[in-house]
Amino acid sequence: MSFAFSLNGVAKRYPHFELQDITLALPEGQVMGLVGVNGAGKTTLLRLITGIAAADAGEVRVLGHRLPAEQVAAKREIGFASEDMRLYRTQTLRWHMDLMQQIYPAWSEDYARELAKRFDLRTDQALGGCSHGQRVKALLLLCLARRPRLLLLDEPTTGLDPVARIEVLEALADVLRDAGRSVLFSSHNTHDVEQLADTITFLHKGRLVASADRNEFIDRWRRIVCQGALPSGLSAWPEIASARANGSLVEIKARAWNESLPARLAAEGLQVQRTDAMGLEDIFITAVRSGGAA
Amino acid sequence: MNAELFLSASDPRPMYQQIVDQVTAKVMAGDWAAGEALPSIRELAAASRVSVITVRRAYDELERAGVIATRQGKGSVVAERDDLPAALMREELARQLAALLASAARLGLTRKELHRLLDQTADANPGAASASTTRTGR
Repeated sequence: MSFAFSLNGVAKRYPHFELQDITLALPEGQVMGLVGVNGAGKTTLLRLITGIAAADAGEVRVLGHRLPAEQVAAKREIGFASEDMRLYRTQTLRWHMDLMQQIYPAWSEDYARELAKRFDLRTDQALGGCSHGQRVKALLLLCLARRPRLLLLDEPTTGLDPVARIEVLEALADVLRDAGRSVLFSSHNTHDVEQLADTITFLHKGRLVASADRNEFIDRWRRIVCQGALPSGLSAWPEIASARANGSLVEIKARAWNESLPARLAAEGLQVQRTDAMGLEDIFITAVRSGGAA
Repeated sequence: MNAELFLSASDPRPMYQQIVDQVTAKVMAGDWAAGEALPSIRELAAASRVSVITVRRAYDELERAGVIATRQGKGSVVAERDDLPAALMREELARQLAALLASAARLGLTRKELHRLLDQTADANPGAASASTTRTGR
């Protein structure tokens, strides 16, 4: 299997933040969603993959190229969009499109025009007069129309209104048609990533909490509501991430659900009332709070 | 074939299950005929805006259920069985019957009482009642 990127034991230290021991890979043609709260290390991780920052330890490979040694070759095939990227405010979108066309041979003018229409963007307007949402969409257009093999997007939906958010996610879905293109995009909102992403990676305080196929998370985790008294020591069970009681009502969140769990809970005096699947957001928060892996 | 399915994040069923149910419904309704090519996994994913892995899982389930057939390198087609829509409808009926029996058991109804209720309901719904007097289908 060839990988869009692979990180092996990667670390990066800043004065007030440290990314530690990241081993992670994205098979080519897949979409990965990177989820974490502000300050989790999402941007640092993306910058390492773009080659903008160099790792202090470990190995970074992008589309077969070793970074930072072969970053020139890698950058040609990477499209990176992040909020702190600046466009020329006095120039129009058209001017930016022409600039990109000169730099990148794979630029598709047809696709750029289609995106401008879909994003409801005027190409003849100076970008300084555009709203935040329009500038985000303009940046994304410039990135997508290059048709890079690896698309790296740092919080592409943050700060967008609901309509613009859906437009951006729909444009990202287009990329799925091509098995040779891969996407890594970050968000602090699980709802943005869960529908499109094949793999979801949770990052917290510079560490990898979990990385798995979305269905795997959904299959493994359960919220179990029981009747009875909370047995002491239940929290120590490896499959239990959290357990709390209110009177005779007990709520358990299991990180490793299996069919034998209700019977084992019954043996402890807990009658299972209902068992529900959990949303990704709930899974992420429960995993982070319990301090264990998801 | 239009590849877009109508999926919703607020639907309590998981995404792959929504795909399985909608494709099955389309085959049952005859929208997608036996032998017809299905959209590729990537095409359906892009058009319906869900991940490739979700569509792949749905196609695997549909194949296990006999609704579609996948040929290596050629993509998937609706299973070539003339009686497929009827077979799917019979499976659906079997599921509903099982649910009916479970509800009846919870109420403590005898089989006789359940039969009587079924007849009463059929009598009250003349449209559906024909099934009880004239035997149709296999």
